[in-house]
Amino acid sequence: MEIGPYFLLATLEGAVTAAVLALTAVGLSLVFGVMRVVNIAHGEFFMLGAVIAWWVAQAVGGHPALGFAAALVIAPLIVGGLAAAADMTILKRLDYDPERTIVATIGLLYVIQQVTLMTYGPEARPVEAPFGTRLAIPWIEHAEGGWRLYWPWGLSTTSYKLAVMAAAAAVLLGVWALMARTRIGLVMRATQMDRGMALAFGIPVERVYALVFGLGAGLAALAAVLIVPIRQAHYLMGADPLLLSFIVVIIGGLGSLPGTVVAAVLIGLSDGIISVFFSPTLAKIIATLLVALVLVFRPQGLFGTRAA
Amino acid sequence: MLELDGISAGYGRAQVLRELSLTVETGEILCLLGRNGAGKTTTMLATMGLLPLTAGAVRLDGREISRLPAHMVPRAGLGYVPQGRRLFADLTVAQNLEIGLRARRSGPETLEEVLTLFPRLRDRYQQRAQTLSGGEQQMLATARALCLRPKALLLDEPTEGLQPSMIEAIRRVIVQMRETGVAVLMVEQRVDAVLSVADRVTFIENGQARESLSAEALRRDHALVERYVGV
Ligand SMILES: Nc1ncnc2c1ncn2[C@@H]1O[C@H](COP(=O)(O)OP(=O)(O)OP(=O)(O)O)[C@@H](O)[C@H]1O
Ligand SMILES: [Mg+2]
Repeated sequence: MEIGPYFLLATLEGAVTAAVLALTAVGLSLVFGVMRVVNIAHGEFFMLGAVIAWWVAQAVGGHPALGFAAALVIAPLIVGGLAAAADMTILKRLDYDPERTIVATIGLLYVIQQVTLMTYGPEARPVEAPFGTRLAIPWIEHAEGGWRLYWPWGLSTTSYKLAVMAAAAAVLLGVWALMARTRIGLVMRATQMDRGMALAFGIPVERVYALVFGLGAGLAALAAVLIVPIRQAHYLMGADPLLLSFIVVIIGGLGSLPGTVVAAVLIGLSDGIISVFFSPTLAKIIATLLVALVLVFRPQGLFGTRAA
Repeated sequence: MLELDGISAGYGRAQVLRELSLTVETGEILCLLGRNGAGKTTTMLATMGLLPLTAGAVRLDGREISRLPAHMVPRAGLGYVPQGRRLFADLTVAQNLEIGLRARRSGPETLEEVLTLFPRLRDRYQQRAQTLSGGEQQMLATARALCLRPKALLLDEPTEGLQPSMIEAIRRVIVQMRETGVAVLMVEQRVDAVLSVADRVTFIENGQARESLSAEALRRDHALVERYVGV
């Protein structure tokens, strides 16, 4: 097989990574943007989403689509609720001090990880995809007598992977609409711009913070539910999404949602392509290098605005 | 009536206000005068509940609002025009006003009244606050506070950096608020501006309220001004 079909395959794999990464990173970005909290436990909320999805799928039984649909609703809700509770009991008490919240979320990371290890165990477990028709993809080649279409062996994707991309796009659109078009979005943006003035105009900032922290964690959990039929649920699976989300948020510009999405697509695609052609390690090295370059030459990120 | 009863407050361990007391009657304009760093802005922040009190109480019409969580203070009827305007910069004029309206669930008639006071804002309605001129921003900051239908209005240097026509527009609105029975507490550096609107003046020094006298008396005797704000 020539390089073209390989490239297409790698791009498709990268697009799945990008879709899930965009959701996860937007959650992280939202929390940092509104609350100025660097949430180190974000990857663990992702992991919890996958683990709860497995549990829900087990409990529901029947057709895989039933369990998956239930998990899609229940896992983000539980994780979002847990995060909101963590905000009200831990972060609020620290007065959202930037340094102490970093330490607190590191602690939260270990607590979530160890509790999962003790209850769910060290195994990696799959959740069955609700559907997964294999779709072969044609390619064109130049043979004697002109161009012809053929189906290279191994060049295929599944209907589920395409659905993941569509679902991620739909959710991102929903987040954008929430922020730009609704009253609660207006209140969140006002809180982000000036916390003191938000209070001086009757906005219950503490409740907004709990909501935002829950929403951010819920997005990570949702991303995990989408990916768990492709990659399995495991108690250590939170590390990669956390690292990649930070990379994406820094490149895209802290707190900028459009920047985060663009950077997620960039990093997700390049991660997929470089992993297929070279190695996953090289992909991570290049992404990290990119972060260093952005930090040196454009510290506010590609889409961020320079702080006044 | 707004009453600050022996309030103490500060930043972290640094105490700024030391048992400061003053009262503003309904339909009265009280001006705070004092040097840079005397604690005027701190008084405003403490009144709004944005700084915790270490002693004393703030009462609005007899109700102790300093017991309320910070976001409930404006809902009790306190409107705040902060120093440096502090608008929601990325939001439009309309959205800034909407946030003001929501605080005390004011209806569209309040918005109409406010826009009648500041017709310029109607022309700039969908423009982002950041892109307004300085004078327009001050109008918006004032309008945003008026959207609360406040019982008491706190204004921190509302004429800072404005040209005379703009100052006059703001002054007219403040006087109009007094006519409708709002208690107005205002910080102002320029003594001539103070004397033209204030009913009473309180001097503040080292976080303490010193002399309090009628604007009338101050017009006759400038010596106190020299003492508390002169260089
Ligand atoms: N955020 C803060 N942290 C620590 N100290 C502060 C803070 N804000 C103000 N201060 C201190 O509190 C004191 C009073 O400040 P405040 O802003 O109330 O003065 P002001 O009377 O409003 O002055 P100006 O006329 O310059 O506005 C000053 O000594 C100032 O340094
Ligand atoms: Mg001041």
